[in-house]
Amino acid sequence: MMNSDFWRAFARNKGAVLGLVILIAIVVLAAFASVFFPGDPWEMATAPFQPPLSEDALLGSDMLGRDIASGIAHGARVSLLIGLTSTAAALAIGVTLGALAGFHGGKVDDAIMRFTELFQTIPNFVLAVVLVAIFTPSLTTIVLAIAIVSWPPLARLARAEFLSLRSREFVQAAITTGQSNSTIILRQILPNSLSPIIVSASLMVATAILLESSLSFLGLGDPNAMSWGYMIGAARTVIRQAWWMSVFPGLAIVLTVLALNLVGEGLNDALNPKLARSRG
Amino acid sequence: MTTPLLDVRGLSIALPPGADRPLAVDNLTFTLNPDEILCVVGESGSGKSMTAHAMMGLLPAPHVRVAGGSLLFKGKDVLAMPEAEQRSLRGGRIAMVFQEPMTALNPLMRVGRQIGESLREHTDLPAPARRARVVELLAQVGLPNPAELAEAYPFRLSGGQRQRVMIAMALACQPDILIADEPTTALDVTTQKQILDLIRSIQAERHMGMMFITHDFGVVAEIAHRVAVMRHGKLVEYGAASDVLNRPQHPYTRQLIASVPHYIEHRDDHAKTGAPLLVADKVRKVFNVGGGLFKKSKQVVAGDDLSLTIHPGETVGLVGESGSGKSTLGRSIVGLIKPDSGRILFEGTDLLALDRKGFRPYRRAVQMVFQDPYASLNPRHRVGDIVAQGPVAFGEDRNRALARARELLAMVGLDGSAADRFPHEFSGGQRQRIGIARALAMEPKLLVADEPVSALDVSVQGQVLDLLDDIRRRLNLAMLFITHDLRVAAQVCDTIAVMRRGKIVEMGTAREVFTHPRDTYTRSLLDAIPGKAWHIPVDLQQAPAGAH
Repeated sequence: MMNSDFWRAFARNKGAVLGLVILIAIVVLAAFASVFFPGDPWEMATAPFQPPLSEDALLGSDMLGRDIASGIAHGARVSLLIGLTSTAAALAIGVTLGALAGFHGGKVDDAIMRFTELFQTIPNFVLAVVLVAIFTPSLTTIVLAIAIVSWPPLARLARAEFLSLRSREFVQAAITTGQSNSTIILRQILPNSLSPIIVSASLMVATAILLESSLSFLGLGDPNAMSWGYMIGAARTVIRQAWWMSVFPGLAIVLTVLALNLVGEGLNDALNPKLARSRG
Repeated sequence: MTTPLLDVRGLSIALPPGADRPLAVDNLTFTLNPDEILCVVGESGSGKSMTAHAMMGLLPAPHVRVAGGSLLFKGKDVLAMPEAEQRSLRGGRIAMVFQEPMTALNPLMRVGRQIGESLREHTDLPAPARRARVVELLAQVGLPNPAELAEAYPFRLSGGQRQRVMIAMALACQPDILIADEPTTALDVTTQKQILDLIRSIQAERHMGMMFITHDFGVVAEIAHRVAVMRHGKLVEYGAASDVLNRPQHPYTRQLIASVPHYIEHRDDHAKTGAPLLVADKVRKVFNVGGGLFKKSKQVVAGDDLSLTIHPGETVGLVGESGSGKSTLGRSIVGLIKPDSGRILFEGTDLLALDRKGFRPYRRAVQMVFQDPYASLNPRHRVGDIVAQGPVAFGEDRNRALARARELLAMVGLDGSAADRFPHEFSGGQRQRIGIARALAMEPKLLVADEPVSALDVSVQGQVLDLLDDIRRRLNLAMLFITHDLRVAAQVCDTIAVMRRGKIVEMGTAREVFTHPRDTYTRSLLDAIPGKAWHIPVDLQQAPAGAH
């Protein structure tokens, strides 16, 4: 799937390429955070309330003298880590349940979909807050909470794909040649249903990052990990005196989410077979 | 000599760069006279529909455009006219009927209003007169209760009725030219006959010029005055219908006519030997349609009291129109559907009484060839894997299965490198060969072929039918051949069972069914075969099967 045709189709969407470039920049920033900004981001680095472009704080410092730039670089780690792992966990839950529901249909489908609806009726964010509050905030519980609130759309999507592919003749041929259900699900149907799932997963990473920021903003983030949401939350009381404390982490969130959305859209264009054909 | 209604001179239509050929239509020249039906015949991709679409301004701009030549309507070049004049010509003087009646009507608009649209567009009739005219038109195309029908939405009509509505719509402004693009291809054979009769009588009554696009020489024999045969965008043969049909000159026309499926008079009756391989006994299947938690579902009887016997080496044809339940029976035999009652005995064992595990060994013995070669192969798997997957599922060593897959691919006429390629690199006919190889890999005793050639072009159809016939002879396979086309059944089947509305109405040897049909429905089916009065020229008839 990741062949040259795919890349050519992806590169045709200029926005997607831009998104990918931004995303790579953010990943590099996160990976080399301790090289660019050695030392603990929680440590006091300079005088408090330094405006941007000060001598030892490029983006200014916060009310405790911590370097904002360092916080953003280290926060990128947390944001990306939580975005990716919680999406992976949501994929595991959602695709498994959706695949089983779509493949088996009937009572299994009914049971799984009622269960899914149970989660869909509760507002996402409220459930995430409750879950994190109950399990005490830490990276693991935040990842789990985000995964638990975001799998239902993936399950519905996987179910729809499986339902339609299930009645296709190549799947019926697999049944008549005696292949087992697990082979049919994993080898016949799943590879053919991946495109839309990959696209929504890429968008879900963006949503997860937003969720994590929101949780941190409310003070429900991991107290040991620097995070963009926490920085904005802490700076909100002094926003009129020191705009840079909340604006720069906010920009980081906007850029990351925007980049992920652009990439997701590019993936959609590149993986959508109808568009691929009309390019002819 | 009268001036032709339509004079196509050197028409060329360009395809976008990167298509399989530069020109969809290449230097095409023909004329259409008043009071004449011109049949344009060709296989898919021959450019026949493109020609019609160019006339109607329906080419998918900007990728596909007219590259040269002219289209003269009564001596005036349509392509040189200003846009507004072209529009008034289309729908007014030139009208078109499309292939797919299910999608050609707007589902949210009452039938009468849709017909009235073109009257409003092209005439200055007041509304009441338009309504009266719509009812009159619906009556002319033979629809019952026209006044009531004008108020109906398209979903209430059957396929044949919708096609009649399409024709009424095309006739609304008394066009000089009617273009019909495969108008009967999507219809059942008895409906097709009615529509062809209607088209012929309307054409004769109004002395219209008609361009009828089709791939079926039977239909050509039924209605054509003149015939134009197209291939790869070029006109290969053009002449009076009787000449082209009975004395075809061009090798391609000869090949097309030779591949029209037909009943072979001298085919030997199948000698039934030994115990029956498969006995279907009073199989009944009811589908529950719709319904939900609080709504009672509607019951549709797909198969009722179906009984059928297949002997080793015998080919049984199951013939019926859409919705007759023929696929339901086929799918019940391969275990894709569980019937509600009855028995399916395979070598004496009732398959329906077996659980999943008990049924598994019989999966190998009964294999299926599917209808749609584009949907029946997993697009993400290599062809060799597709063929080998079945045996591997039954515990065969993967390398051995792959080696065997190559042998089978060679046997169905594909070269050895086919195994390493993906399905999209093959044509429809080649894909169907892969589907057959997949079924054979299981070493079955019974092959259920569900409309295996209906999605293929005529000339490819012939090759696949020959392959099936050859293989079942070589391997002494029994075959249940499901088809809607009596001509195809006539060519390959020993025994024919005719189905209607979930019941088998007649079963007998192919010879009996064709020469002395007992049931009235069978007779009406036989009567509806297009071009039955036409006999394929003797030198193009196929050698009787069994003379191998």
